[in-house]
Amino acid sequence: MSEHSTYTPGSGIEKWLDERLPIIRFSKEHLMDFPTPKNLNYWWTFGAILVMCLLVQIVTGVILAMHYTPNIAMAFDSVEHIRRDVNGGRIIQATHAVGASMFFAAVYIHIFRGMYFGSYKAPREILWILGVLIFLLMMATAFMGYVLPWGQMSGWAATVITNIFAAIPVIGTPLLELLRGGFSVGNPTLNRFFSLHYLLPFVIAAVVALHIWALHVPGNNNPTGVDVKDSRDTLPFHPYYTMKDLFGMVLFMIPFAWFIFFAPDILGHPDNYIQFDSQVTPAHIVPEWYFLPFYAILRAIDFNLLFIDSKLLGVIFFGGSILILFLLPWLDTSKVRSGNFRPMFRWFYWLFVINFVALTYLGAQPADGIYVLLSKICTAYYFIHFIVILPVLGRIETPRPLPTSISESVLSKSHA
Amino acid sequence: MFNTKTILATVAILAGLAGMPAAQAAEEAPHIEKQSWSFAGIFGTYDQNQLQRGFQVFREVCSSCHSARLISFRNLAEEGGPGFSEEQVKALAAEYDIADSTADGGTRKGVAADRWPSPFATEQDARDANGGALPPDFSVLAKARGVHDAFPFWIFNYFTGYSEGGPDYIHALLNGYHEEVPESAPHNADGTPFELPEGKYYNDYFPGHAIGMAPPLQDGQISYEVAEGEAAVPLTVDQYSKDVAAFMMWMAEPGLVSRKQTGFAVLLFLVLFAGLMYGTKRKIWAGIEH
Repeated sequence: MSEHSTYTPGSGIEKWLDERLPIIRFSKEHLMDFPTPKNLNYWWTFGAILVMCLLVQIVTGVILAMHYTPNIAMAFDSVEHIRRDVNGGRIIQATHAVGASMFFAAVYIHIFRGMYFGSYKAPREILWILGVLIFLLMMATAFMGYVLPWGQMSGWAATVITNIFAAIPVIGTPLLELLRGGFSVGNPTLNRFFSLHYLLPFVIAAVVALHIWALHVPGNNNPTGVDVKDSRDTLPFHPYYTMKDLFGMVLFMIPFAWFIFFAPDILGHPDNYIQFDSQVTPAHIVPEWYFLPFYAILRAIDFNLLFIDSKLLGVIFFGGSILILFLLPWLDTSKVRSGNFRPMFRWFYWLFVINFVALTYLGAQPADGIYVLLSKICTAYYFIHFIVILPVLGRIETPRPLPTSISESVLSKSHA
Repeated sequence: MFNTKTILATVAILAGLAGMPAAQAAEEAPHIEKQSWSFAGIFGTYDQNQLQRGFQVFREVCSSCHSARLISFRNLAEEGGPGFSEEQVKALAAEYDIADSTADGGTRKGVAADRWPSPFATEQDARDANGGALPPDFSVLAKARGVHDAFPFWIFNYFTGYSEGGPDYIHALLNGYHEEVPESAPHNADGTPFELPEGKYYNDYFPGHAIGMAPPLQDGQISYEVAEGEAAVPLTVDQYSKDVAAFMMWMAEPGLVSRKQTGFAVLLFLVLFAGLMYGTKRKIWAGIEH
């Protein structure tokens, strides 16, 4: 969707620039005039909210790195130094820590919005795949960032998570030692995690640029899932969506600020205020909440299958639970995008959401008793949703009649 | 603007968010009575008198075994803290000898910029003097402990901003000693009665119940100075433990008061700003069917 620009260089300088680097033309086309479906709801503001989250993390992170010391003897105290002695450090550190949780809250909403409205379907498969890639990079970045304060949960998370890689046949042990920079988690681990934690956000930013590029080729999906037919279906991005997104961002900042100023530690774990000690294992090693669903899947696999032992099988399920998202555009066989017009899918979608929330809960529970059984059931359902339900639904479901166009659906709604 | 689906989804997401650090729950931890703290809530602020009393308990009792390596004498005179004057802090610091290899004889008198001196030179010394157990450093200890709420009560903590689990635990711990193993003690896995290892003390709230620290506080042990015209503070373990827990919270979170004050202004601004943004958005979208 290019060439919808109404840009004509106004002055001599603009004309000169336009012939060499048409950056003003590009901005006008993509940030202002870009035709956007007129019926996007507030769930669509999370794209802009996520860009804000990334920027907040990068800006606060760069400042924190100016005062942080990546050394196992000094890291813990240097974070306290930031909180106690650096001007504004208390707020900047809290924003960065809370920001990670808010970033994931927003990305989960964004992902589940895409799943409900079928935003991964043709021609938006690449857009979706890039999004899953961003999600993976976010997980890696957040995990490494959580290690940096060098508290008990930091160190033990690093130990447990790097250990996962040891289950991979042949390359497992060398890979484990490469990740840790030694046989156990120590100073080299902290140093390489710090280095990568600083690098990866810029990789994320680059993939985000591709993600937005891939969005601007087919244009936005919308709540009806019906393609844009003509200009009556769309509005220019500016001022309509710049304004709506800005409002969404300000609204999002309210719970964000609530946590920063009134409960900055509630999303973390008290044990992380104890400096890491490799000789003392905490009673419960629990990852940050945003990893819990996948952690539950990892732990649910406690049995061997043929020649695959439980540890490797757990890793396969753990990896598979994220990698399967890459295949979602082809697993869902329905031609209809929006869940609003898929009576059966809607039920299964909400069941999937509930199942995902249940996995989150189970990931935080001790791995014994009823929780193990429930984890297995929820893990099985997670995969059944993708491998069985979605492919079958597309074949047996009778979708409700689709509106002929976005503008028609908008008009019928406002008269209803 | 918001239909049933939206509300359903929001509830599901909130439930998901809340589901997160259900984390801890686990073993049936003993119920810890929540105390009413002056620094709880949106308008929470430290009670200066309480912090001064807590400091007295810390100095006269706790600090003979526990270090507080991140605390400087100067912090005691900073805003939002116990509110000692700079002269008082200078005089206090001068009472301590600080190890300094550049000084004559290796020690010198303390100044306000010095860190709180540790009672033991090394971790090994600390263990040797305490039957092998290491008395934890106090600097952030109040944030390194917490209270486990049963489902669904922890969900409300996100909305009340409950962050006083540490002081609640410390208060409970200091009041949770028994002279002898009580009837309520859990039995071992094989059914034999609970046996206290030598040199340990029974505590209701300490994980595993066998704590290395002897009951540190007794009624009447510390005499608080009563300023003229003020009511006398009870000289009880309950009162001492509340005061020292409050002081420990201040050590862990010395900027709490200014943080909450800023937060109130920020939230007020955001809510008003969001209102204005919504009005602007409505104006721009007026007349557009969407």
